[in-house]
Amino acid sequence: MSTRPGLRLTLFLLLAPAVLWLGLLIVLPHVEILILSFSERVAPRIYVFGFGNYLEFFTEPLYWRTFARTAIMSILVTALTLVLAFPIALYIARVAQGRLKAMLLLLCLLPFWVSELVRTLGWMMLLRETGVVSHGLQAIGLTGERIEFLYNDGAVILGLVYGGLLFMIVPLANALESLEPAVVEAGFDLGGSRWIVLRRIVVPHAMPGIVAGSIIVFMLTVGNFATPVLLGGKNGLWFTEQIYAQFITRFNWPQGAAFGMLLLLLSSAIVWAGLRLTGQSLGTTLKQA
Amino acid sequence: MAQSTDLDLINLVKRFGSHAAVNDVSFSVAPGEFFSILGPSGCGKTTLMRMIAGFEDPTSGDIRIRGRSMIGVPANKRPVNMVFQSLALFPMMSVGENVAYGLTCRGISRAEAEERANRMLERVGLKGFGERRVTALSGGQRQRVAIARCLVLEPTLVLLDEPLGALDLKLREHMKIELKQLQATFNTTFAYITHDQSEALVMSDRVAVMNQGRFEQVGSPRELYHHPATPFVASFVGETNRWQGEASAASGGTISVRLPSGAVIQGQGKVADRAMLAFVRPEAIALAQDPSALGGLPNRFEGRVSAVLFDGANSSLLIDTAGFEEPVRAVLPQAGPLAGIQVGAPVHVGWTADAMKVFAA
Repeated sequence: MSTRPGLRLTLFLLLAPAVLWLGLLIVLPHVEILILSFSERVAPRIYVFGFGNYLEFFTEPLYWRTFARTAIMSILVTALTLVLAFPIALYIARVAQGRLKAMLLLLCLLPFWVSELVRTLGWMMLLRETGVVSHGLQAIGLTGERIEFLYNDGAVILGLVYGGLLFMIVPLANALESLEPAVVEAGFDLGGSRWIVLRRIVVPHAMPGIVAGSIIVFMLTVGNFATPVLLGGKNGLWFTEQIYAQFITRFNWPQGAAFGMLLLLLSSAIVWAGLRLTGQSLGTTLKQA
Repeated sequence: MAQSTDLDLINLVKRFGSHAAVNDVSFSVAPGEFFSILGPSGCGKTTLMRMIAGFEDPTSGDIRIRGRSMIGVPANKRPVNMVFQSLALFPMMSVGENVAYGLTCRGISRAEAEERANRMLERVGLKGFGERRVTALSGGQRQRVAIARCLVLEPTLVLLDEPLGALDLKLREHMKIELKQLQATFNTTFAYITHDQSEALVMSDRVAVMNQGRFEQVGSPRELYHHPATPFVASFVGETNRWQGEASAASGGTISVRLPSGAVIQGQGKVADRAMLAFVRPEAIALAQDPSALGGLPNRFEGRVSAVLFDGANSSLLIDTAGFEEPVRAVLPQAGPLAGIQVGAPVHVGWTADAMKVFAA
């Protein structure tokens, strides 16, 4: 009996970092933001409870259009990342052996040793009017004048796909690695073409990895700020910019809080829909990631 | 012209670097035959099978199925289907989808494929299992799904790569009989590879014994057992006593072998050489309490039981025998005057010259 208080104390101490982390850094701010989002300013420094901030979102087309654009572009980026990452992951998981496999994973990881901001600036140096690509095209005579590749949707998508690739490759490669080689051979042996084996055996097996990677990339993309701002410029129009503008430029914290909550709802809803659509459960998906 | 063989391998060679995994193998399999390739692990039998299936390309030689060369034909275009060692059922599909998979690959409509898959499942005794997950099946049922998945495609040849290896003993004994029956009902040619001599002997019409990339002998199970062509076959197929010695005299197929102890034993062989190997099956050794009962045998010795290895019908005796370095192994008599023989009991052993096969080592 005498050990029980000691045991409790140990348990408490062990749990404390996790509880503090979740409570102080995640739950508390979100509760604060939720409360803030329902307060309307009626006079300087006087706030009352109301839905005005949310109504503002639906009545001002710029807000909900940016919101919808962010959602659609993020889905597009996730899909593109998946299509690009799949063959890479397939190669890493099924073809590469030993040192080569480790090397390839390291190569995917390498860009993440520098900050996102620096990586994005790197893209800017390549794509801007006086940048490497523009100069290169002039040098080989494909164009007579400078070309601006920055500040359009293509540049934004490029940057976001680049940033998401690693987070798609790792869960995909994990999922593909567990596929028994004999199962693939059996698929061919029974008369399946490459396409049939891919569609009916490899992809269904990799589904938990596909969903896990897609969720991660989608979340990162929707919540990204630097890449759309730097590569998209004025045309970036990412919803995080609206949140930033409300909090920092307009100093309208309640409005920014409402946008923040809406973004959280959006990403949760799309993740939920994705899970339902593919018939995966969050549990198995998280294991894969 | 009607083709009289389903499978012909002609001087087939497969090298990995300088190592020849399959070294100049030729054989033919007749339609409807159950042909086994028996060999220890690493003898090249799996490589051989993977070349027939189309997963490996031979270095040289030809593989012909019903007379048509398979060189350059990809695995998914060959009239050959394989039952994998791990079975390799598709875990993402139901039992019915597993069996229908090959049919849909051929462009047969989903409805017809499903119907034919269900009929096949019925024939292998899995009626009504179509909707189940493959993970929900027992070992024997999974086995039958793996075979049904091949047979539904009506292949010229079914390859089986040690499919019974993962099963427990009782089920393995049962599946041996079931496989043989399935093969007989469908009258499909089976090529079966295994390292288990009992599987090969029980099921096959013909067995090829493979060692270090080559075929040592091809023949019926009885031929292999009773008339092994090489010392490897004699020792690999079935239990046997094995003695080393040198030839001391030879006449008309009978060779006398002098053991290191000086004892001389007589057996049958073709070549007399300085180093000889002699093999006698335990069941060919006659036992008697009284030496006069063994009077007519050319090989007669006196010994003492050193161990009784009881294993039901496979029980044996180890007998310390004068002149032999290792104990002689004989079948434990479980009826007659020697039934219930104990360790330490004196016993006389003997065997005919016919029962002993002698080879140059």
